[in-house]
Amino acid sequence: MQLTDVVKHFPIGSGGLMRRAREHLRAVDGVSLEIRRGETIGLVGETGCGKSTLARCITRLYDLTSGTVSFAGQDISRLSARELRPYRQRMQMVFQDPYGSLNPRRRVGSIIADPFAANGLAKAAERKSKVLELMQLVGLNPEHYNRFPADFSGGQRQRIGLARALALRPELVVCDEPVSALDVSIQAQIINLLADLQVKLGLTYIFIAHDLSVVRHVCDRIAVMYLGRIVEVAETEELFRRPRHPYTQALLSAIPTPDPDLVNGADRVVLRGDPPSPINPPSGCRFHPRCPRAQGRCELEDPALGQPDPDDHNHAVACHFPVEDGEALAPGRQEQQ
Amino acid sequence: MTLTPAAALEPAALGSSAPAAGEAIEGRSPWQLAWVRLRHDKVAVGSSIVIGAIVLLALFAPLIAHLVGHGPNEQFRTTGLSPQGIPVGPGSTFLFGTDDLGRDVLVRVIYGARISLLVGVVASGLAVVVGVIVGLTAGYFGGPVDSVLSRFMDVVLSLPYLVFAIALVSLLGPSLTISVAVIAFFSWASVGRIVRGQVLSIKEREFVEAARSVGASHLRIMFVDILPNVLAPTIVYATMLIPLSIVFESTLSFLGIGVLPPTATWGNMLSESIAYYRVAWWFVAFPGLALLITTMAFNLLGDSLRDALDPGGNRRFIGSEVKP
Repeated sequence: MQLTDVVKHFPIGSGGLMRRAREHLRAVDGVSLEIRRGETIGLVGETGCGKSTLARCITRLYDLTSGTVSFAGQDISRLSARELRPYRQRMQMVFQDPYGSLNPRRRVGSIIADPFAANGLAKAAERKSKVLELMQLVGLNPEHYNRFPADFSGGQRQRIGLARALALRPELVVCDEPVSALDVSIQAQIINLLADLQVKLGLTYIFIAHDLSVVRHVCDRIAVMYLGRIVEVAETEELFRRPRHPYTQALLSAIPTPDPDLVNGADRVVLRGDPPSPINPPSGCRFHPRCPRAQGRCELEDPALGQPDPDDHNHAVACHFPVEDGEALAPGRQEQQ
Repeated sequence: MTLTPAAALEPAALGSSAPAAGEAIEGRSPWQLAWVRLRHDKVAVGSSIVIGAIVLLALFAPLIAHLVGHGPNEQFRTTGLSPQGIPVGPGSTFLFGTDDLGRDVLVRVIYGARISLLVGVVASGLAVVVGVIVGLTAGYFGGPVDSVLSRFMDVVLSLPYLVFAIALVSLLGPSLTISVAVIAFFSWASVGRIVRGQVLSIKEREFVEAARSVGASHLRIMFVDILPNVLAPTIVYATMLIPLSIVFESTLSFLGIGVLPPTATWGNMLSESIAYYRVAWWFVAFPGLALLITTMAFNLLGDSLRDALDPGGNRRFIGSEVKP
């Protein structure tokens, strides 16, 4: 799967018959990324940075403003709904909200059978046996076939959503924060289930999260997003060991430490302010107003995300002044402001 | 089954709702839950019984006419009118008295129920079908489709219905069909508005996205995924629409532009009785009471349905929208 310069802008204040939107919210603004078969790639970034929008661009739930998404060598970014159908079957999505993503008025069996019904696949009896098989696959009791989503817990609902996503045996599953709405203990179960299924079914995952410890556990590679752009991408351990973008450093330093005595106080990078509005993003590097390393050039020139270096753990960073090995960020100064 | 079950991961959580031994594992649908709530609602049961009784009376109107021995349009000039030509009051021969032409008011009220129920149900049904389709389309597609359909609904809602009805009837001549058409035409837009509003919020829910991502067509999403979620308020509104339609029909008949005499409807009976209300109270009272009781029963049932179906209304709510 290859994303090239994916752009998604949302017009603001539209809806009228005559009115034209003047402003655009740049949710995703030029993302290029390669996703390899069989890997798990993590997309991280703070709320509103465009992770979920990117996920919906990949699965073509949104139409792209520009750029291309190609799947198995075929550009799918301009296909019509009808032409898209065979590709829809090959890539599926697991949603964030286990309460919102299941229709409360339909029985679980019929929700999981939806992919078959929507595509006119399998007859009733066959459909049911497939649904039972799927329920077992994701660790649900097949006897609960006739229940309603309201009868299930959050973790179980997420399993239902997973069963629905797996129904058509997709190759790529986009998980949009699949565990962030769940209790920590349930999170582990779902993550283990995802890992088991990946081995069993040979799945490729795009795993969106804002919890870095979860991402570290499941992902082979991680892409860090900030304000609609990817600012750094690398193999997981490389990224955690040697973050080069100041934003990545700040993110990593915000991971809570289990031991209260071992607070990473000295290394802590605290960013100033809030993320700027994606309606009017800053000039140059989008991170420069909050960046502790920003210099004059950052305001003017937009740094490009280089090609990932295969000799260097596929590391790529979009920064004029990336952090070098062993260099500290002078955090104290930032904290006082 | 070729795949190894992963059930070992969460064995305890599977039985979390802990069904009693022997209980079939079948979830109760939101409709079933609403039904249970409705059955425990005395007002709902009472109004249903009243409506049921009216429906039965209407269905068996010919039988009742036969038992009483008075046809609905039959005139009893000797027994039904006093020597001065004044209607006869309620008594053993005419339980509800007679009208100005010596016809049995009881039999005519019962025959009137047929017209009222027919018009009420058919016109509301038509209005709901059209309103749901238009509202669903407008809400689901949004954008220019929504703008055009919504403005059209606004136009319909702003038309003065009586003027319009009188104009239409003077062109086509009064009849039952015209009445039903006029009532449905002036009712669907409010249904459409309600449905559109509901759809606007429901189409943003993630399960609609999920349906799109599995490749469901627009029609399938509209009718399989969204429609069941807007049905509850629609049913409530439809129940409220029936008495409105009945009153609407009575209004038309009262004005002489609805169902024509001699066919008995509550509206034209009331219209005929105006001249006699000083001497024959029963002539006004019984059709009026019938109208009152019927509309009230439907309205009360609608209220109870709202309580039973509306998830926000909560009263012992066990349904789907509550997050644990």
